[in-house]
Amino acid sequence: MANLSIIDKLKRSKILDLLQEGKRIDDRALDEPRPLVIDIGVIPHANGSARVRLGDTEIVSGIKVQPDRPFPDMGDKGIFMCTAEILPLAHPSAETGPPQPDVIELARVVDRGIRESGMIDLSQFVLEKDKSVIGLFADSVVTDHDGNLFDACSYASVAAIITSKIPKWEMKDDIPVLIENQESDAPITTIPISVTMGRIGEFIIVDPNIDEWGCLDARITITTNSDGNIVALQKGGSDGFTFEQLVKCSELSIAVGKKIRETVKQATEGGQ
Amino acid sequence: MGGREANVVLLDENGIRSDGRKVNETRKVTIKAGVLKNASGSAYIEFGGNKILAGVFGPRDVHPKHMSNPDTGILRVRYHMEPFSVGERKKPAPSRREIEISKVIKEALEPAVMLEKFPRTAVDVFLEVLQADGGTRCAALDAASVALADAGIPMRDLVCACASGKAADALILDVNNEEDQAGQADMPIGYMPNLGKITLLQLDGVLTADEYKKCIELGLEGCKQVYEIQKNALREKYFSSGDKD
Repeated sequence: MANLSIIDKLKRSKILDLLQEGKRIDDRALDEPRPLVIDIGVIPHANGSARVRLGDTEIVSGIKVQPDRPFPDMGDKGIFMCTAEILPLAHPSAETGPPQPDVIELARVVDRGIRESGMIDLSQFVLEKDKSVIGLFADSVVTDHDGNLFDACSYASVAAIITSKIPKWEMKDDIPVLIENQESDAPITTIPISVTMGRIGEFIIVDPNIDEWGCLDARITITTNSDGNIVALQKGGSDGFTFEQLVKCSELSIAVGKKIRETVKQATEGGQ
Repeated sequence: MGGREANVVLLDENGIRSDGRKVNETRKVTIKAGVLKNASGSAYIEFGGNKILAGVFGPRDVHPKHMSNPDTGILRVRYHMEPFSVGERKKPAPSRREIEISKVIKEALEPAVMLEKFPRTAVDVFLEVLQADGGTRCAALDAASVALADAGIPMRDLVCACASGKAADALILDVNNEEDQAGQADMPIGYMPNLGKITLLQLDGVLTADEYKKCIELGLEGCKQVYEIQKNALREKYFSSGDKD
């Protein structure tokens, strides 16, 4: 709230006026996410890929799978890593150079939701214990920024992971050797879905667009798994939530997440 | 981080945790206000095995100048771990984790600090983790609040913080390092008790919707206990001469 520009302040009062009538600036219901469109297999060179449009926010996510050394204390598990980047062509405010704290947070929140859900069974990614494992890298880039990058990047990464094909390696003389034409489906255990909500005044809105995003008091991203349990959460923004608001957000994240999970499932079916 | 090992007994048959605590008990917390000479305000916290120094400078001129805001002051927070604070040496440069934690702590403090009273200035909060033992972001936030108050900066409330979580299928208060590594969930919470506002909230690990509610409630109990310790630390510095004898 404190650091708004004049334009944001004007937008905020307009948005707040509308919310008082139960309306949003783009005519959605308060608990209604923007339309989600998922295309899979858009990057044939990647082991799995997806292009996601959430409203006018657009993300391309690609999976690379390759042998790697395991982390020292996790020799019995493969490696999973998720990154996110806002490309300079995505928004006039986007800059090149080292990642700013908000971009680092974006990547870490997307990574945490997928990692903590245990979506990928990493124990199936071991080639030789403590020596060689398979690493799965999910890299997302924002190509058009219209707000709520958290969910858009998360859906793109998840869709790309579901549709990814894992090549086969065998250890020969301590070196992993690729066995041609022996790809398998990724070992998926659950589908994590993040739902980001913003608070403006007393109102909680699901999937804020960029106009709303600019004048949120606080926001929260809650990730749920296929069982409807909460697996990760991140509060952000320069204000807080009451306990009652947090309970409402958890209920919204479960209900909205369920619908989006169906969309992701449908879009990725047959891609496996 | 993700290394969920099953070989540590996190909760015995009597409901006692690996460090001898009950499920709803925090570790020992001690806070001392005003420990640094040069800083405008400072605090030192020991939260179990965590040892953290907080120093506050400002309100002061903003460098670089373009960061300053004519409508309000800005808050800047740096959370940093010393290379010797953890088991294996940590590289001194700020990691992505530290940058994220700096950001969430800043956003947890902002609602409490009346920055609008100091336009065009910056308040800098430096948090140095000398020893880490699980729950550093909460302990650092606790120390930061006390240091800001010690600096005489007007605040709406102190922000107090404590984590709750889940280990060995039980909800637990104040997750320690072992429980963080081998447990099922860790949920750091920052809270302003007088305003009833939760300003820091993160979670990793799996909770049902019901456990989520109970976990927040449990965490808030811990926060309130820390709140008393924070207030005592300030009382001790500013009123002790009057109270004693």
